Amino acid sequence: MTEMLPVLAVFLPMLGGVLVFLLGCGPRNAWSVLTVMLSLTPSLLLVQQVAAVGTVEHHLGGWAPPLGIRLMADGLSALMILLTAVVGGLVSMHALGHFAERANAARNFWVLWPLLWGSLNALFLSADLFNAYVTLELVTLAAIPLVLLAGSAQAVNAALRYLILALFGSMLYLAGVALVYGLIGTLDMQLAAERLSGAGWVLDLAAALMVTGLLVKAAIVPFHLWLPDAHGGAPAPVSALLSALVVKAAVYLLLRLWSGPLFEPLSQPAAAWLLAGLGVAAILYGSVQALRQRRLKLVVAYSTVAQLGYMLLLFPMAGLLAWQGVIYHGVAHGVAKAALFLAAGNILYQLGHDRIVDMRGSGSVLAISFGCFALAGVSIMGLPPSGGFLAKWLLLQGSLQAGAWWLALVILAGGLLAAGYVFRVLRAAFQVPDPDAEEKLPEVRHIGAMMRWPMLLLALTAIGLGFAGEPLLTLLGDVPGRLG
Amino acid sequence: MAGLDVYALAAAVLMGLGFHGLVTQPHPLKRLLAVNVFGNGVFLALIVLARRLPDGPDPIPHAMVLTGIVIAVSATAFGLALVRRQAQDRERGDD
Repeated sequence: MTEMLPVLAVFLPMLGGVLVFLLGCGPRNAWSVLTVMLSLTPSLLLVQQVAAVGTVEHHLGGWAPPLGIRLMADGLSALMILLTAVVGGLVSMHALGHFAERANAARNFWVLWPLLWGSLNALFLSADLFNAYVTLELVTLAAIPLVLLAGSAQAVNAALRYLILALFGSMLYLAGVALVYGLIGTLDMQLAAERLSGAGWVLDLAAALMVTGLLVKAAIVPFHLWLPDAHGGAPAPVSALLSALVVKAAVYLLLRLWSGPLFEPLSQPAAAWLLAGLGVAAILYGSVQALRQRRLKLVVAYSTVAQLGYMLLLFPMAGLLAWQGVIYHGVAHGVAKAALFLAAGNILYQLGHDRIVDMRGSGSVLAISFGCFALAGVSIMGLPPSGGFLAKWLLLQGSLQAGAWWLALVILAGGLLAAGYVFRVLRAAFQVPDPDAEEKLPEVRHIGAMMRWPMLLLALTAIGLGFAGEPLLTLLGDVPGRLG
Repeated sequence: MAGLDVYALAAAVLMGLGFHGLVTQPHPLKRLLAVNVFGNGVFLALIVLARRLPDGPDPIPHAMVLTGIVIAVSATAFGLALVRRQAQDRERGDD
């Protein structure tokens, strides 16, 4: 049973999606809820199993590698699957409330999101370069239609732009995989990591192609152009899933390759600093753009561009602390960003707009939504005692240990800029309305418990991650591969 | 590895053409086609790689190309639907 868990974690969510496709959401969303249960159960059991006994492996169809396909759950995979389960589960609950009045969109959401969930799990479990390509495509093809649920012409433009770039990115990745296969005749990541050394410029070229493809998919500056429109324009639960999980998936694969087959080419100083330079550019550019946006959801979307940059700072530091810091940042950002997008979505729903200038005085009426926004913002800024603080603390230590003090400066500056864009929103919301001008408090729509609780729980989890470092980092374990 | 031959050259040319199209063409339909041309270059490169075994072609790159084609076709179909939707939206906007 336990060695079947990786397979179940992939196929049960997909089965749920097919179920909803055939039968609809069911009376009182029964099939949607069943799908969430089908997806959560194997994921959580698998995480528990990895925590108890370490790496879990499954050879699909009983065929051993190099011929067969291997699914493998190590600490890193388990952590990402756990993140997907926590964020996905809570966002699912929000979605039940969010799409309550739009039956058609609800049905499409409940077909696509379980497929996306299964594809994400499949990617996190892939131990094979080509399988990773296929699952990355599945993730993209399930994620882009979700953007379209907004139904606007703008969403179509954003989705098309995203699709063309994503397709190009995956072709670049595939070209790199082809070169690797030509070099060593295997696709298994572990075998490739053992055999790929001293391969010279062909391996460098392969690494460049694969990494560039992944950077396009992960929306790292300068490939970020599609992200703000797609994430800022989608319905709130979709934005939360895309920002918290989908872009993270591409970065996950990049980290996985660094710790395995591509360790040698990516550890060369030039490559490591080039990637870190892109990370720094992403942090600064994304934060400054977030400061300049007029709409709340775009602020949150540009914040994603910035926060993804931190994950590229790993390469020149290349130590255990930096590894833990980067992955913990991914987890903490995932939870906090999902909370931010749900809060922003609720504010948009309640006020009927998300223009920051017109939010004046609405903080007292929408206290819960803005409170959650502030709590999640604490983690994004990296203030104690949040998950974001712990991640940045590890990264700071890692950078000082590696002697890269100016990366430490960038990390601190990024936190300061994040404080700027979070407080800019809160300032507008909690500004006391001018007593002379007879401004009335804005009319607001009521949100139900289904939309309030997930936001609150995610925001509290974002803070709580500051105290959960010990068990989660134990689950993550050492750097796999050569550093460990 | 295969030396420089006409197939490898064709693969490189296709990739170059596709990339050029993606960068220079503004229209989404042409960009979608350009990505496909680039992708065909990658697929051709994989088929060239399949000749690396002395006795007969290596089936694994062939399987990879088949999978890749399936994915590219479905993504392109989805892209074409989006291009059409965009055109319809524009027509409605003109009225």
